[in-house]
Amino acid sequence: MAGSSLQTITDIRSAIEHGATAVEICQHFLDRITSGNASIHAFTQVAADKALQSAQEIDRRRPHDPALPLVGVPVAVKDNICTQGIETTASSRILKGFIPPYDATAIERLTRAGAIILGKTNCDEFAMGSTTEHSVSGPTKNPWDLDRVPGGSSGGSAAAVAARLAPVALGSDTGGSIRQPAAFCGIVGLKPTYGRVSRYGLLAFASSLDQIGPFALTVTDAAILLEVIAGQDPHDATSSAEVVPEFEAALTRTLSSPTIGVPWRILEDGLDSSAMRTFSAAVNTMEAAGATIVEVSLPHAKYAVPVYYLIAPAEASSNLARYDGIRYAYRASDDAADTSLGHLYNRTRHDGFGDEVKRRIMLGTYALSAGYYDAYYLKAQQVRTLIKDDYDNAFKQVDAIAMPTTPTTAFKLGELSDDPLELYLGDVFTASANLTGLPAISLPCGRDDSNLPVGLQLVGRAFDEATLLQLGLGYEQQAPWWRNSPPAATTASPSHYTGRDFANGKG
Amino acid sequence: MPTTLTKTEVKRIAALARLELSESDVDRFTGQLAEILAYFDQLQQIDTTGITATTHPVNSAPVMRDDEARPSMTLNETMANAPDSDPSGLFRVPKVIG
Repeated sequence: MAGSSLQTITDIRSAIEHGATAVEICQHFLDRITSGNASIHAFTQVAADKALQSAQEIDRRRPHDPALPLVGVPVAVKDNICTQGIETTASSRILKGFIPPYDATAIERLTRAGAIILGKTNCDEFAMGSTTEHSVSGPTKNPWDLDRVPGGSSGGSAAAVAARLAPVALGSDTGGSIRQPAAFCGIVGLKPTYGRVSRYGLLAFASSLDQIGPFALTVTDAAILLEVIAGQDPHDATSSAEVVPEFEAALTRTLSSPTIGVPWRILEDGLDSSAMRTFSAAVNTMEAAGATIVEVSLPHAKYAVPVYYLIAPAEASSNLARYDGIRYAYRASDDAADTSLGHLYNRTRHDGFGDEVKRRIMLGTYALSAGYYDAYYLKAQQVRTLIKDDYDNAFKQVDAIAMPTTPTTAFKLGELSDDPLELYLGDVFTASANLTGLPAISLPCGRDDSNLPVGLQLVGRAFDEATLLQLGLGYEQQAPWWRNSPPAATTASPSHYTGRDFANGKG
Repeated sequence: MPTTLTKTEVKRIAALARLELSESDVDRFTGQLAEILAYFDQLQQIDTTGITATTHPVNSAPVMRDDEARPSMTLNETMANAPDSDPSGLFRVPKVIG
């Protein structure tokens, strides 16, 4: 397929170098969305006109502008990240029609670097969920198997990149919402260190856990995107003053004899056998490539799920109080029986929020309410400290910690939709990185017995994404799983690009 | 340490959270939330005596800036997303004072 020559940022740079225009690149991906989106429902909104206008503007300015790192690179954006003039709903009825008057800092940095916003991608409502089924616009399907979930909450962004409808995408990760869908869809997903990327313009879910991060087919593309969006921002007081390394340049260096820790004991329970085999094979690959593998102990990591599901809903119950039917978007219609302001709030929130959001608001309200605060919320924050201490201790002897991203591969649509606790347990390997603030990357590391992608997760020291990217690239070179595209990618039209193979310099 | 959750408590929480719930919502949520809260009980086995609570993953000093007037959005831009507003720059809400 001709589209196979135009998949990554590296391909796009090469195409532009060989004479392709930003408009041609943009049109190529818009055509792929036109033919490929209906079956997977990754995009909820395609900003075609705006994207093409930006591409024209880039082509017009390009001769005069210094080389920009993302010139002409189309990006898909999760629908909980504010895009000026483009509706942003977090897949919630309560934000239907909300048009942000400003761009999130990450979006502003992307467009300043020459990127083009293709549109908004589906997600679980307010990023709460791990299937992308909790969306007002219906579920996204996994490009590897249309009967299965793509993961979540950033399932639309992951599916879009896996199906080659966009070269890269932004997601947000509060308890695994970038890494888990990346694993389920067989692509690279990176949650940066807390504070590395500004949260300004990200619709807040849990403010001490949320981070924006990249989805990409390759580690190199993830590094390029991270380098652009990272850095301190006066609009977000929790964004870090830590210097942003040149992540892309860092990839040219290899780590000499890295040590990777594996917490084998916490993997003993609940990991399905075919996922375990694939993970073990990935560890062997890293060892064969020169890494020293040692066992590390994370005795409190098994408590990540209960701790996370107390802290995140507590923060959410407070953050989502702003959706009251007065200042933004949806308001319930008048009720003649009770015209009070309080009743209007209650009905707006009843109609506007889906079940999972309501469940979490209530969990959080309960955990923070009088009489339960110490037993639940305070206790969870104390155990959070113990989890953090475990990781600090482990990093005294290792450069990164490897574990599977998820205990299972992608499950069937609807399979777990009535069992919230079972879904929560799926976050057991991802939630720790949010509780500790540490950076973590998910890499495609093979397929299970049903031919579904498996994710390898590497967790790093605070602000040491560079090591994760270097290790990730080393692994990817040994095991380039990203080159196999899912069935849904080949059914999407290769478009008019046929015959102009810029990426390989044959155009 | 409570491990059971009653419908009355679910209604109380919903009222605190400003959520209207139907009777069938209350039934469903009571069962689900009770199961989740029972799962959380495992945290009680951990001795956290003297352990500091982590409220934020990265400790950093408060960020300060000078309190200077800066350009901001116009009133129209600010009000554009309101479901019911008055052109003079007011959110219209149900009558609060009788």
